[in-house]
Amino acid sequence: MSGSAAPRPYTLVAELTYACPLHCVYCSNPLDFARRHDALDTDDWRRVLREAEELGVVQVNLTGGEPLLRPDLEGIVEEARSLDLYTNLITSGIPLERERLERLGRAGLDNVQVSFQDPRAAESDRIAGHPSFDHKLQVARWVKELGLPLTVNTVLHRENLERIGEVIALAEELRADRLELANTQYLGWAFRNRAALLPTADQLQRARSLAAAARKRLEGRMEVVFVVPDYYVEFPPACMDGWGRRFMVVSPDGLLLPCLLAHTLPGLSFGNVRERSVQELWTSSPGLAAFRGEAWMPEPCKSCERRTVDFGGCRCQAYFLTGNAAVTDPACSLSPHHALIEAARVQAADPPAELVRFSYRTARPPSDPSL
Amino acid sequence: MAHAGLPDAGRLIPPRPALAAKARLRYDRTSGGYMLLYPERGLALNPTAASILKLCKGELTVDGIVERLQREYVDRPSPELRQDVVDFLEEMARRGLLVEGT
Repeated sequence: MSGSAAPRPYTLVAELTYACPLHCVYCSNPLDFARRHDALDTDDWRRVLREAEELGVVQVNLTGGEPLLRPDLEGIVEEARSLDLYTNLITSGIPLERERLERLGRAGLDNVQVSFQDPRAAESDRIAGHPSFDHKLQVARWVKELGLPLTVNTVLHRENLERIGEVIALAEELRADRLELANTQYLGWAFRNRAALLPTADQLQRARSLAAAARKRLEGRMEVVFVVPDYYVEFPPACMDGWGRRFMVVSPDGLLLPCLLAHTLPGLSFGNVRERSVQELWTSSPGLAAFRGEAWMPEPCKSCERRTVDFGGCRCQAYFLTGNAAVTDPACSLSPHHALIEAARVQAADPPAELVRFSYRTARPPSDPSL
Repeated sequence: MAHAGLPDAGRLIPPRPALAAKARLRYDRTSGGYMLLYPERGLALNPTAASILKLCKGELTVDGIVERLQREYVDRPSPELRQDVVDFLEEMARRGLLVEGT
């Protein structure tokens, strides 16, 4: 690789399909997912894995949509295993039978991450827009019975943050090896549903304390990860560890991306793995070059000493909030657009009296033209 | 290390440590070293750390691991080497990456 060339990627996020039986109100897929079609066949994915590994990738997250909807998932896992990639299946657990999980385990899965939308069945099914909680429990138990490591993931928001203690208890009961308590980040579907999902500062603080206590108590047995929403930080985290830096995402339609939503930002072009090699795209795709490194940065990032820590925050968040992906992430307290975040916090603390309705993830194209 | 030498140093280390099922050592041909991979994480290991983890197969005690390592690191004073091993394994155990061998 030449001097100013792309850094080494470590993780491939393989989005095998946008199809999913669930309709979660904070889904991280693009709003227009239904217009994008699964374009990669088994051989394409096998080649993507090989080329990514050659470039330095050591971990692959198989995700979607729901990766289990791909009948060729076993073959993809086998290829990942033959390349010695650490292979993590990120799933809702729907649809899955024990025999198939056993086959996937034999094919070489290193870890299975099962999502629970809530620790209570009725609430979980309501957020998912699909009766799924009971089967998820069954799947999580099979994972452990088959000797596979289990991650329990729950996405947090104002309706379930108060039940974080129950989430922790559920993960303990399931003997999870890792618990991901990931607050919603307000992009895509979650941005549409922000008024219904954004917690108050107090809710968040209480949940954070409970998570910290659990982390200490379960130390050595269960890794407890608590991810704060960007809306309540002073400085944004390094989104994806920096644009086009350590993570590469391949979308179901074959685009090589720096994150899950980059292809929805206007004016950026990302090449397709059906036409070019992963290496060529990683090193020379104009979309990846656009926000890599520091050259693109405006003030206050440009002269900020944190620019090599947070890389200017999240480009998609900048776009969703300001319509311009090339400004400092408004989540940063130094951003000239930070008032947008403060206003959302104020609204969360004092919500409108009328019922805020969820917009479920559906195939119907969103009507809001600004998105 | 803040806790070095304290009575509870190494308290989380299983008697005969083995790598947890979720953790996997992988040779990295780009760097020529080893990486320890686990969900959403990866640690680039220095040669000593890699040697220690390769000995974590659920057969050796911490003392056994130190004894084996001493053959590789003949110039390192034994108490110092032991302290390094304990500190490193304690950190691995804290992350849930070690279990008791079966």
